[in-house]
Amino acid sequence: MTEITDLTLNEIVTNIKKKKISSTEVTKSFVERSEKSKKLNVYITENFSSAIEQAKKFDENPNYELKLPGIPIAVKDLFCTDGIKTTAGSKILNNFIPTYESTVTQNIWDQGGILLGKLNCDEFAMGSSNETSFFGNVQNPIGENLVPGGSSGGSSAALAANLTPVTIGTDTGGSIRQPASFTGTVGLKPTYGSCSRFGIVAFASSLDQAGPMTKNVKDCATLLEVISSFDKKDSTSIDFKRNNYSSELTKNIKGKKIGIPKEYRVDGMPLEIESLWSKGIEYIKNCGAEIIDISLPHTKYALPTYYIVAPAEASSNLARYDGVKYGFRSLGENLIDMYEKTRSEGFGEEVKRRIMIGTYVLSSGYYDAYYLKAQKVRQLIKKDFDDAYKKVDAILTPSTPSSAFKIAEKTNDPVSMYLNDIFTVPVNLAGLPGISLPAGVDKNGYPLGLQIIGKPFDEQSILNIAYSMEEKINFKNKITNWWM
Amino acid sequence: MKDLNEFLIKRDNNNYEVVIGLEVHAQVTSNSKLFSSSSTKFGAEPNTQVSLVDAAFPGMLPVINEFCVKQAIKTGIGLKAQINKKSVFDRKNYFYADLPQGYQISQYKHPIVGEGKVILDMPNGQKEIGIERLHLEQDAGKSIHDIDPNSTLVDLNRSGVALMEIVSKPDLRSPDEVNVYIKKLRSIMRYLGTCDGNMQEGSLRADVNVSVRKKGETTFGTRCEIKNVNSIKFMQMAIIFEANRQVDLIEEGKSIDQETRLFDIKKNETRSMRSKEDAHDYRYFPDPDLLPLEVTDKFIDDIRSEIPELPDEKKKRFIEKFKLTHYEATILVSDIETSKYFEEVIKDADVKLSTNWITGELFAVLNEKSLEISQSPISAINLSKLINLIKDGTISGKIAKTVFEEMIVGDQDPQKIIEAKGLKQESDPKALEELIEKVIQNNADKVAEYKSGKGKLFGFFVGQAMKESKGKGNPQLINKILKEKLNG
Repeated sequence: MTEITDLTLNEIVTNIKKKKISSTEVTKSFVERSEKSKKLNVYITENFSSAIEQAKKFDENPNYELKLPGIPIAVKDLFCTDGIKTTAGSKILNNFIPTYESTVTQNIWDQGGILLGKLNCDEFAMGSSNETSFFGNVQNPIGENLVPGGSSGGSSAALAANLTPVTIGTDTGGSIRQPASFTGTVGLKPTYGSCSRFGIVAFASSLDQAGPMTKNVKDCATLLEVISSFDKKDSTSIDFKRNNYSSELTKNIKGKKIGIPKEYRVDGMPLEIESLWSKGIEYIKNCGAEIIDISLPHTKYALPTYYIVAPAEASSNLARYDGVKYGFRSLGENLIDMYEKTRSEGFGEEVKRRIMIGTYVLSSGYYDAYYLKAQKVRQLIKKDFDDAYKKVDAILTPSTPSSAFKIAEKTNDPVSMYLNDIFTVPVNLAGLPGISLPAGVDKNGYPLGLQIIGKPFDEQSILNIAYSMEEKINFKNKITNWWM
Repeated sequence: MKDLNEFLIKRDNNNYEVVIGLEVHAQVTSNSKLFSSSSTKFGAEPNTQVSLVDAAFPGMLPVINEFCVKQAIKTGIGLKAQINKKSVFDRKNYFYADLPQGYQISQYKHPIVGEGKVILDMPNGQKEIGIERLHLEQDAGKSIHDIDPNSTLVDLNRSGVALMEIVSKPDLRSPDEVNVYIKKLRSIMRYLGTCDGNMQEGSLRADVNVSVRKKGETTFGTRCEIKNVNSIKFMQMAIIFEANRQVDLIEEGKSIDQETRLFDIKKNETRSMRSKEDAHDYRYFPDPDLLPLEVTDKFIDDIRSEIPELPDEKKKRFIEKFKLTHYEATILVSDIETSKYFEEVIKDADVKLSTNWITGELFAVLNEKSLEISQSPISAINLSKLINLIKDGTISGKIAKTVFEEMIVGDQDPQKIIEAKGLKQESDPKALEELIEKVIQNNADKVAEYKSGKGKLFGFFVGQAMKESKGKGNPQLINKILKEKLNG
């Protein structure tokens, strides 16, 4: 028997609009399943009873014109939510309750969405396995003691475990697409400037983007349509004409040119990733699109560039967490002592590591060699894509160089952890849209994703390509409810 | 030729020249802050003008206030400076309790305004001071150490307020030039309405860079920066102390350390704050929350079209059109309100008399009462009336002074005072003749002396006639009639 929680967003919306089910029933189903899934540790803050209350209110006075009519949605705990604790997965914001709402979440509530809770994530979104969270690991519903990816690990796990119909994450270097790949779900990072950053706890301002995480491509289009908006409160928000992504969604990609970049065939890449990629190419051909070999020559510099730019910005963005105004404070002998104790105790190891890297690369005498050079390389990486897009409409790559790994497998090897982002970071550096689509499994049956990278503001094309491939791939996530 | 105004520090065998450069921080006149909509009103209760952006809450983002950009460009135009169509906001990173973001948003490598100049009117002629740049930046909050014995309190009302940092070239050579430079800068900004220049409220402060060198040397000495001095007097005191300190070190054969110093107003001395080695590494980098600031030619031209006549141009016009002396014109244009008052008075009153009355009597009253001209107890219209009454002979200059004194109380119409007090000048020749006859009759002995050659006595007769007229006699007529009577 199909449970409500097994349904996609669009199925639930249809059922609510047809009055087959109520928002209260839907919300209660997700709450009940969430209650039984504590072992996954996806929630930092639960908003269950309030969500049910809001669902009842919706049912009393329903508005079926909305895109998310009475739909309960859990969100990454990086989005500030008015009156509800927002931690960014950090001890330093353990007690922080915003008095304001992020634009992206506000867009969701404005369309009838109901907050189910705040989802676990790597501390300040710094991590690829959700293991840097102050609130502990998240279990991947795919298998016990597997990481759900990161930094949006609570989001990917909650979604794959059917604890929320859809969710939103943020992606600075792959934090939506990699966890989507690890959990057999769909995740999209929009073009930089599509979704407002207002009210999102900042990690690296020039790279951060919020995006949808969903069970299928159609849901992804629907949620993107809701969250993407021009916002004057974010100076980097861009006022471009946004499509009606869901109604314009089509499986017809005949004649589209898809680039295959040779530089993404990295050394030591597992054969199953290689063959997944080849399969993906076949699927695309079967959909009527044309495959073109391309070169993105500066790809190999993307990861080091990213690990200079992102920590540099982070070191400055996180300076505000100083114990003076809000959040955690450790008592000190004097101001400097208070700063040192607060930040030493309030931040975890990975965050401190990145603050130190960032501080170093911006320091006088090192700025030119690191930060400035990284910015120049970033321009070259962007130019690689610009050149490629003269020949192709989109680019197909694997999402990650491996499937989900075991908890604690990489925590003592930061570089190996960073290598997880190798296919995703160039997209952030170039500010492009990218989607990860579940496309197969490895020898253990763990999901693997393919990434489609689009032209700036052309989310519609990558959604369409993913939509047509999705049908051919016909991926089914195997969730055994092992944790129940 | 020896320059009498040259400022030199003298020691036994050497004369030292002082080289000064100023970094003036001028608060932009704007109702809201540089990157938030909070009010900038002075004197509000602590922490009542603070937005979530100003207090650096998580996820808050800066949005540039276009008006502040206009004000900076306007100031740049007033400084005859290069306006940069593209400028960049950077983050200046440092930790302090009153700096909520942990960085100040400023402009480092690419300021909004480039090189310009300011002309100083010095007693020995004009001097041009180069402007290196003008950039926009945020002010920090205020740490208050003296309210609570155990804690430092923080007021964030100023946090995020827009400042223009105006950096001069090291072209200043004396405390006098610094005085004139600051006043001129303030005057230009007040003409433009871009900074109120109120030093008491902290709208204008400066970091003062001082170095010394033996007269005739062409390379600069090592400089020290005296931070955050908030009055011209203190700037001058700090410069004199600091220059002497540096000269003493050189005379003793010691070297000067490049450092940041504080001026202690109580002890009248500068003290080391931090050395070059301890200097902050601010880790400047472009603020990724803000795109580069780009303005169009039209945007700049529109601002240019709003630029009022500035002090230098106004002075030129006053000299050419009204035949004022250089000195008079300088005084009248130094403050925009003074120039407005002057132009109001001379709309229909004699220029020469107006100039004398404003720079003489009126300034004396304002000085005495410590008032700005905008608070003048006598309106321009009434002063203009008074001057016309002098000009058309209704009252003498002497009576005018009496009337002026009366006018101060309640800005009264001079005509009414004259009528009420019967102060109208006696210009009827017949009446004056009668009166003079009387004086001559009463002083027959003096008349004899006068006629026998004691010409100096003429003044005595004028005095007596004036006295007889109760001060109201027209002095020119009295003179004329007396001469006729006595010499005839």
